[in-house]
Amino acid sequence: MEFFTISMLNGLSYGLLLFMLSSGLTLIFSMMGVLNFAHASFYMVGAYVAYTVARLVGFWPGLVIAPLVVAVLGALFERYCLRRVHRFGNVAELLVTFGLSYVIIELVQLIWGRTAVEFLPPPVLRGPAFTLVNSSLDGLHFVFGAAPDAMCAATEAAVRVVCSPFPATRGFMMLVALAMLVALWLLLTRTRVGLVIQSALSHPEMVESLGHNVPRVFMLVFGAGAGLAGLAGVIGGSTFVTEPAMAFTVGSVIFVVVVVGGMGSLTGAFVASLLIGVVQTFAVALDYSLLGALRRIGFDPGAAAAGNTLMKVTISQVAPILPYLFLVLILIFRPKGLLGTRED
Amino acid sequence: MTFALDRLQSDPARRVAVWAAYALLLLVLPLLFHSSLALTMLSQMGIAIVACLSFNMLLGQGGMLSFGHAIYSGLASFVAIHALNRIGAGTLALPVSLVPLVGGVAGLLFALVLGFVTTKKAGTPFAMITLGLGELVTAMALMVPEFFGGEGGVSANRVVGKAVLGITYGPQIQVYALLATYTFVCTALMFAFTRTPLGRMLNAVRDNAERVEFIGYNTQRVRYFAFVIAGFFAGIAGGMYALNFEIATAEVVGAGRSGAYLLFTFLGGATFFFGPMIGAVLMVLAFVLLSEFTKAWLLYLGLVFLFMVMYAPGGIASLIMLNLRVAAFGRLRRLWTGYLALGGTALAGFFGAAAIIEMVYHLQLNETLGDTVNFLGARLDVRGLDSWFGAAFVLFTGLALFELVRRRFMLEWGDVQGEIEREVKQKEAA
Repeated sequence: MEFFTISMLNGLSYGLLLFMLSSGLTLIFSMMGVLNFAHASFYMVGAYVAYTVARLVGFWPGLVIAPLVVAVLGALFERYCLRRVHRFGNVAELLVTFGLSYVIIELVQLIWGRTAVEFLPPPVLRGPAFTLVNSSLDGLHFVFGAAPDAMCAATEAAVRVVCSPFPATRGFMMLVALAMLVALWLLLTRTRVGLVIQSALSHPEMVESLGHNVPRVFMLVFGAGAGLAGLAGVIGGSTFVTEPAMAFTVGSVIFVVVVVGGMGSLTGAFVASLLIGVVQTFAVALDYSLLGALRRIGFDPGAAAAGNTLMKVTISQVAPILPYLFLVLILIFRPKGLLGTRED
Repeated sequence: MTFALDRLQSDPARRVAVWAAYALLLLVLPLLFHSSLALTMLSQMGIAIVACLSFNMLLGQGGMLSFGHAIYSGLASFVAIHALNRIGAGTLALPVSLVPLVGGVAGLLFALVLGFVTTKKAGTPFAMITLGLGELVTAMALMVPEFFGGEGGVSANRVVGKAVLGITYGPQIQVYALLATYTFVCTALMFAFTRTPLGRMLNAVRDNAERVEFIGYNTQRVRYFAFVIAGFFAGIAGGMYALNFEIATAEVVGAGRSGAYLLFTFLGGATFFFGPMIGAVLMVLAFVLLSEFTKAWLLYLGLVFLFMVMYAPGGIASLIMLNLRVAAFGRLRRLWTGYLALGGTALAGFFGAAAIIEMVYHLQLNETLGDTVNFLGARLDVRGLDSWFGAAFVLFTGLALFELVRRRFMLEWGDVQGEIEREVKQKEAA
């Protein structure tokens, strides 16, 4: 039970982090038709900038400054590079962001080095947010913060006590992601700016003839998307590791999220993020294999099969490829994605 | 640009001459550069040419941007290595010369299976699916050690089987001869493909898929067929790789290699048939020589690529063709001073930037090696203010002058193009 709760929360928090990234990607894609290949690179830049700011003035200013810096960088890139290749078509736009991802990763290594940097969350977030204490003697308990040692230590040999802490950084990650989700939703549906963005999405010519500067709207949206990625980077970087490989690790997963959710669908991206986050987190924790399952039901496939990789491999080992398997399955059975409407 | 190409295509004698020159080049190059490093590089160039041309079948001819082309060449490399091992063990009766073909068939089969999913979509979703599949295969490579050999990869020995006509494939020159033959034949076949009805339909699908659907073609099937054929040639490249290196590691299916195919095919020029061949040669030069020369080579590569996409989306090939056209009209004389000035100022700016980049890298990576960095013969002190100031000065002077020269040059270039247009119109009217 406590394993399930903690894993579920971990999965949800990871899924929400994925959503922070894929929401920006989806917004940019649905609006400009550009798949930003460098989106995960902005995530990485966010983490590194926040690391530097955190060393100078502290984590909390970094949480604000880093996304702003990344947003400005994103807007500049849109203004001076992306807009220039717009007339060459979609492939050129994708390629220019692809080239940018190369340049960013090299620049990051140039500035911050090739190894991981020590980017720690602030002291408030270092401990567990709460702990679930499961004792075979008196059931499940919920304790805020870390559980006292006395509670986790079994008093008698017969009593089994398991303490499952939930890290505060994970909780903070969920909090920020949800706040961002609500803010984004309010911005898009309740404000004038949101209306302009939404209409520029479907009828750019009309919006332009009404006197709005659509290229500038695009630039702002691109900057905002990059900023969201930067925000995710600050949180992701302090929770996990801040290293040059972090862009690549998360990059391909968010592309999967966007395709699985349905290209251009924000709700789809949300559902797919949570799904992939939860599935991957649970898979990592499950140490079962096909061989083990067969043996459990009383069937021994023999020594030859026992050496076979397909039989031996555990679910936790397969975890990294699950999102991609998922992608292939979705493409076969529902090509437009979970909640997608476009069939292109 | 079409002018020069049209003339090239309309004249059969000229076309024969181009292909003969290509064959001659493949023959003569190992005689000119006969060190073992040069021979290995030439062999690698042959492999890269086949791989990049097969990639361009998708990108240039079909408008399909693939981020996972290396899985077809890479998986084929593994199959070819296993075939080579079987030949060595005596369980497979096959001449070693045909191992690349084994790779080709493997590539075709993998493309047949994976391409079915991939080509369901076009455009951006296609790109993302290829990326996902590439990741899938890369992750599998470390999970299934029976086939991929885990971290160490699978190695083989190509000097197996009976020697035919004294050819054992022991010396690199014999391997080069075989690979050059494959390169030439594959290049010819892939060029022939562009002339087939399927090749033409592929171009149509790239340019206007909706219209093709209206005529009654199934665009998905056209993409699928092209994808499978591209997979076959990628597989041949993979088989050639296996023969050349006698080892296949998980890295050959990785995203890095897929990215390199894309990058260099585009740099060479995706809009012309011969563009990817230029790109392939550059790829080997960059991977073997540039990476020895500087640690920041990927940064330079990324920057060059970025500028290429922004300013010359046709790649090097299109730049060559544009200038050939100017030369054909006898106007290159007016431009060459401009080129000199552009080249000089760009070089100055580049050296300034490169000096800064190298100094930063030095500070970052090998601080223990002392405070000086050797930059093209000059010794720069990374702690001294003057070397930083000097580098920045060179950079900004170079950039400013470049911008000045560029503006003048663009005016001149526009004039020349205008004159050529007028001349063409007069000829048409006459």
